[in-house]
Amino acid sequence: MNLIQLTDIKKVYHNEGIDTPVLFDINISVEVGEFIAIMGPSGSGKSTLMHILGFLDRSTDGKYFFDGIDTTTFTDNELAVIRNRRIGFVFQSFNLLPRTTVLENVALPLLYDDSVKDTKTPAENALIAVGLQHRMGYMSNQISGGQKQRVAIARALVNNPAVIFADEPTGNLDSKSGATVMHILQTLNDTGKTIILVTHDRVVAEHAKRIIFVRDGRIESDELVPTQRRAQNIVTED
Amino acid sequence: MHTLRANITQTLKGFRARKSRTFLTMLGIIIGVAGVIIIVSLGAGAQQLIVGQVSKFGSNIIAVSPGKSNENGPPASVLGVRITTLTMHDVQALKDTGSVPHATYFAPLVRGSATVIAGRESVDTQFSATSGEYPFVQNVPLSEGRFFSIDEGATGAQVAVLGSDVRTALFGTGEALGKIIKVTRTDGTQTTSVLLHVIGVAAAQGTVFFQNQDDQIYMPILVGQRQLLGINYLEFLRVKVDDITYIDQTISDMENVLRREHNIRNAPEGDDFSVRSTAELIKVLSGITDGLRMFLGVMASVALVVGGIGIMNIMLVTVTERTREIGLRKAIGATGERIRNQFLLESILLTVTGGIVGILFGVIVSFLITIGVRYAGYDWAFIISPTAVGLALGVSIATGVVFGLYPAIKASKLNPIEALRKE
Repeated sequence: MNLIQLTDIKKVYHNEGIDTPVLFDINISVEVGEFIAIMGPSGSGKSTLMHILGFLDRSTDGKYFFDGIDTTTFTDNELAVIRNRRIGFVFQSFNLLPRTTVLENVALPLLYDDSVKDTKTPAENALIAVGLQHRMGYMSNQISGGQKQRVAIARALVNNPAVIFADEPTGNLDSKSGATVMHILQTLNDTGKTIILVTHDRVVAEHAKRIIFVRDGRIESDELVPTQRRAQNIVTED
Repeated sequence: MHTLRANITQTLKGFRARKSRTFLTMLGIIIGVAGVIIIVSLGAGAQQLIVGQVSKFGSNIIAVSPGKSNENGPPASVLGVRITTLTMHDVQALKDTGSVPHATYFAPLVRGSATVIAGRESVDTQFSATSGEYPFVQNVPLSEGRFFSIDEGATGAQVAVLGSDVRTALFGTGEALGKIIKVTRTDGTQTTSVLLHVIGVAAAQGTVFFQNQDDQIYMPILVGQRQLLGINYLEFLRVKVDDITYIDQTISDMENVLRREHNIRNAPEGDDFSVRSTAELIKVLSGITDGLRMFLGVMASVALVVGGIGIMNIMLVTVTERTREIGLRKAIGATGERIRNQFLLESILLTVTGGIVGILFGVIVSFLITIGVRYAGYDWAFIISPTAVGLALGVSIATGVVFGLYPAIKASKLNPIEALRKE
């Protein structure tokens, strides 16, 4: 089943009268349940592509069908609703709220969904999924970096999104914690969750099932990974 | 609703984590609100004190002062100007002609300061020279002896009634009635003295119209005027009306007589006197204190505006500091409106907390001032008007909205990508 369909997507930044084209005629199709790594050197446009895919930014031209619906003409508020209900984000630098418990951080997206009455149970379940149920009451600054990223994954998971975007999720982590994070993402994908990973690291990218390589704003290659690397859940500190 | 509750707890946690900064941010609001509360409270207290003092005269009293004064201002004599146009002759005219039928008693008055000597004791005090009708116009409860009679007052008998403080100073616990006192008044190099028989002692009364009634002596008007002051005019005249319903009529009756006596043809512009009831006096004094209160209230609210600008400043800093948080919240689905409301809520919580602290502070200071003024001997009421408290809270909320709106809108317009990228 098709989840994402990008057709001839272009992105041009206008800055002080100078137009800087960043993406040229991008065409991508993503099926439900895929695990895709978007790779490329810095400045290639891979982050911009992820921002457009994640509805954080708009394309200058082209069409974006999400779940069969053309989202090109959506208002800012409609995009906010899609991000809230259908998308989960994991960032390189975790972006947890300070002075706030792990559980409250995970529940945060649900606060922006008025149809959700009980924010606690889904947040607890999401923490169980990343193996951090015993850290629920901790403050976000009382846990390790690897745990922070797992909390961030739980937060991305709490609204049961159609797709999770992970932007260099292991970039700020040691290799062991990074492996655990990749292990969790793979486990999620095994249960059917669509995951799109952005990285410049080939080893990390090979944990996905398909790699889209972006260079100078164009898709250079779009291939399946012959043998997917499986991450081991190394960290057993807790 | 759970968003609002979560936002409030989150914001209060933030305040607690940055206690001193939060306090300093609120300080302007605290001072402004406390200032308004204190000024309104003191204004109300002062007003009640003044009105209370004047009310002790009784409401069926008419006061005649020499010199013209306009409706809304104080009489000239209050400002310390000596005007000599009102005399005992006028009092006689008001009594005799029968054209002021409802005026029952007349208490003309001159006052001065004097040294009173009895035996080896002496005391500096005030004297009030008046008629024997004075106790009928203004109650003088006596603890010993009697007040001088109407005849004694009219003929200038050499008698005196002592205030309770003067009595104690001169005679202690000993006998006072029948004793002779020497009253000496010094005006520059000129000294005048009279010898008076003590015929009565007034009971302790406290202050009326800011004069300590106990630290004075009463004597017949002629003694004070002729023998001590060497004048023939009056400071003022109080008249008792038989029934409160005739106040207005009596005022105009008296004005007519005085105009005739003084040959005034272009009344009321040419009047050289003013006739007022106690009620009018209260109105005038309340008018003055009302105006003063309003002026001071406006001055205090300037502090609120300054406090509001302080809040705006800190909120702008907060928005900058929390750019990443704003970016994240937007990424996970917060609309611009939600972000705006979150920061608006934060500035309102700041000003409302500041407002509540300011109200408490203002009430405490007002109370301490009340204790101080009461200690000084005035009958001062501790008044906190619920209107002022409500208004202060309302203004606090409004300040939070007005000065929080710009930073909040700024936060709501942040681009999530740039916000997330910011280090």
